[in-house]
Amino acid sequence: MARFGMVIDTQRCVGCMDCVVACKTENQVPEGFNRDWIATEVRGKFPTLALEIRTERCNHCDSPPCVTCCPTGASHVEELGKIVLVDPELCIGCKACLASCPYDARFIHPEGYADKCTFCIHRVKEGKDPACVAVCPTRCMHFGDFADPNSEVSRLLAARVHHALIPEAGTSPRIFYLT
Amino acid sequence: MTILSRRRFLQIGAGVAGAGTAAALSPGTPVWADFFGSAQPGDVVETVPTYCDLCFWKCAAIATKKNGRLWKIEGNPADPLSRGRLCPRGTGGVGTYYDTDRLHSPLLRRKSRGEDEWSEVTWDEALGFIADKLKKIRAEHGPEAVAYFSHGIGGNFLKHTFKAFGTPNLVAPSYAQCRGPRDVGFQLTFGEDVATPERTDIAKARCLVLVGSHLGENMHNSQVQEFAEAVGAGATVIVADPRFSVAASKAKHYLPVKPGTDIALLLAWMNVLVAENLYDHAFVETHGFGFDAFRAEIAACTPEWAYPITTIEPEAIRETAREMARHRPATLVHPGRHVTWYGDDAQRSRAIALVNALLGNWGREGGFYFPASFALAKYPYPAYPHSERGTVDNPGGKYPFADLGLTNGIRAATLSGQPYPIKGWFVYATNLMQAMPNQEETIRAIQALDLMVVVDVVPSEIAGWADVVLPESVYLERYDDFNTEAFREPFVSLRQPVVESPGDQRPNWWIARELAMKLGLGAYYPWQSVEEYLEARLAGTGLALAEMKRRGVVVGPHRPINVEEGHPLAFPTPSGKVEFWSTQLAEKGFDAVPKYTPHAEPPPGYFRLLFGRAPVHTFSRTQTNPLLHEAMPENEVWVHADVARRWVLENGRKVRLVNQDGVISQPVKVKATERIRTDCVYLVHGFGQTAKGLKRAVGKGASDAQLITRYAVDPLMGGTGMNVNFVTFQPVAGAEA
Repeated sequence: MARFGMVIDTQRCVGCMDCVVACKTENQVPEGFNRDWIATEVRGKFPTLALEIRTERCNHCDSPPCVTCCPTGASHVEELGKIVLVDPELCIGCKACLASCPYDARFIHPEGYADKCTFCIHRVKEGKDPACVAVCPTRCMHFGDFADPNSEVSRLLAARVHHALIPEAGTSPRIFYLT
Repeated sequence: MTILSRRRFLQIGAGVAGAGTAAALSPGTPVWADFFGSAQPGDVVETVPTYCDLCFWKCAAIATKKNGRLWKIEGNPADPLSRGRLCPRGTGGVGTYYDTDRLHSPLLRRKSRGEDEWSEVTWDEALGFIADKLKKIRAEHGPEAVAYFSHGIGGNFLKHTFKAFGTPNLVAPSYAQCRGPRDVGFQLTFGEDVATPERTDIAKARCLVLVGSHLGENMHNSQVQEFAEAVGAGATVIVADPRFSVAASKAKHYLPVKPGTDIALLLAWMNVLVAENLYDHAFVETHGFGFDAFRAEIAACTPEWAYPITTIEPEAIRETAREMARHRPATLVHPGRHVTWYGDDAQRSRAIALVNALLGNWGREGGFYFPASFALAKYPYPAYPHSERGTVDNPGGKYPFADLGLTNGIRAATLSGQPYPIKGWFVYATNLMQAMPNQEETIRAIQALDLMVVVDVVPSEIAGWADVVLPESVYLERYDDFNTEAFREPFVSLRQPVVESPGDQRPNWWIARELAMKLGLGAYYPWQSVEEYLEARLAGTGLALAEMKRRGVVVGPHRPINVEEGHPLAFPTPSGKVEFWSTQLAEKGFDAVPKYTPHAEPPPGYFRLLFGRAPVHTFSRTQTNPLLHEAMPENEVWVHADVARRWVLENGRKVRLVNQDGVISQPVKVKATERIRTDCVYLVHGFGQTAKGLKRAVGKGASDAQLITRYAVDPLMGGTGMNVNFVTFQPVAGAEA
């Protein structure tokens, strides 16, 4: 059973926000909201500095608190790739999932339902990469199946030093950052 | 299917709300409001190839429409520039079409210049007014009294009209306010310039050196793609910059060089390469001219000499020079792009050229390649009239190495009337208020004109000073000339309409042709439609316009681009060699080998104002684009955290900047950061706009251009060095904070 996720190479990423803009157009995300964003982390004192730039979004966790806390079943784990999705018709906009998400990945869409990254499931079904991955000019993003040990994402994780975000939350996120 | 029903319901709601909004703005404004998401069964999806206009790299793109409405824009996979991936601005090009701040019809000034009060007029009235004024200027002062400013390929047709009109005064700020000094420095050294797109083989460089160049923040697509490729392949990156740029974060060696001292660093690198015998002897012996004289000149420029000037420790200078030598010839010292910093920029660029020459990377893999361009016939126009008076911008050849027009020279002539009067400015797609230093000089020059015309897509700051504003169709709505810029592979790409203009905007080719007709220059427009012109240019290529419309970009056969592939080395300098010692410069009384000269330091309590770019914006052109505006709505002033503490500047709170001449900026947020030296501050260029028609952008952030009241003119080529201004902080009180 496929488990979709991402591996993102922070060495290559320049934080240009192409992923952010591409998500906005691809998914027609309304003005004022984002399904993905750029985070930067500076460590050290000038001039001995380290800078990590990350493109962040829903981690499509293996143990998603947003799904367990959802009172209506709108937030659910999709069969395809075990991605976490929201069914807008079932969502009542109660915001329990917004509160439960350690990554602050969700927002209430002006239409009244919780919204977030879908891994561009509509594109993935057509055999394409998510819009953010496909657009990236630095080719720092990789999308694939962690259940397949021979997939590009599995091989990258095996070969490179990496970290995930807020692992202590215990949600088993499926987005990893190569450092 | 349940999702569809919900969407349909909301589309009705959005339609009602949208109708009200659209009427208030202007009729025909497309509304970015129906959240249709991905294509649903029954949706009609169609694609149209074109090329981008968000910057001047001109990547080929494919626009997708859903049910006739613009949905998204992606890179054309066949395009050598984008390789199927646009940059964030290109991706956000959708917002240029949906921008609610767009101009919709021609405007005629109602009050005095600069008051930004207008009457809507027809195209016939607007162009008639302009043609009458141009004829009057021609009769009283000659056709040369009209100057044409432009930026980008969209300006080609209007340039043709003004050449036909008889003026040689055709200028662009991309020369004297941007990359002119670089190209002059390289021409003097190698006999050829770096061009655009830069002929830099970043992808194959094993060592990449950036001197103040901030690739990754400066988002020229192919270069950033190649930069990431080089980083991914483990290339050694060396960055010298007063600011810890994104590129610096990828560097093995970061040198926090003191602003204005780059030439000293470059001379010290040359000194180490020569003194330690690390340079490419074979290259220098075969292709070098004046090496012994050069060696004598730089003998004293040791790392110890450079240390107190640059603040870079001698061992760091030595180690980085050795690192460069270790990887040569696949070491590339990037020539930069916006290089108008201190007024000695052509010499600094020449110093960069000389370090590259010592590394023997000209024409080599990982160095500079020989770009190839797709051969297209020029349209067979009649000959242009010849002007006996010559250009007005560089009287007496004051700047002997200026090989393109100087915007600042036009401005000076407009103010002085010397060597002859300039009475009309026609400005295409360049916001001179932000592009040129010293806004007050620009305004005084404009006030001295008999005619000021601006063609733009939004009511930009410069449009506010016009007599007539002509609204242009955005790139997604028009044809332009073919793009055949020289690159790794020769290619030709087409810009064609994807959607219709929402109002009474017109494409530049139409404006240029109609104006020519009204000026009695019909002989210069034998073609009726731009398609006819484009078809004619394809003659002899075996391509037809229909095929170009379908494919968007066609790539020609690869030709050798470097020595490794069999391209010969040749140096079209006077000596036919790489000029380590420049006879041309010596003859004109300049330093034959670059020398370091100190620049004025900030007075106590002041900081040098530096500026640069952000990846989501181009100059001051994109701030009203809703997608790009949302990505970065305002700039921040970067201040070192210690300086911020000392001045009690809180991160995220606003402050005003005041320059050495008392000019005060709009309030701008403080970015208190470790990522910059303590003797300078930094702004991303293009913000702090003042035009009231730019509703989304007006009043957001601070304008570096406003604070650049002083500039140092490059004596070689007339470029305007702009990093010579100093600012201090003024608290902001009340609601503005």
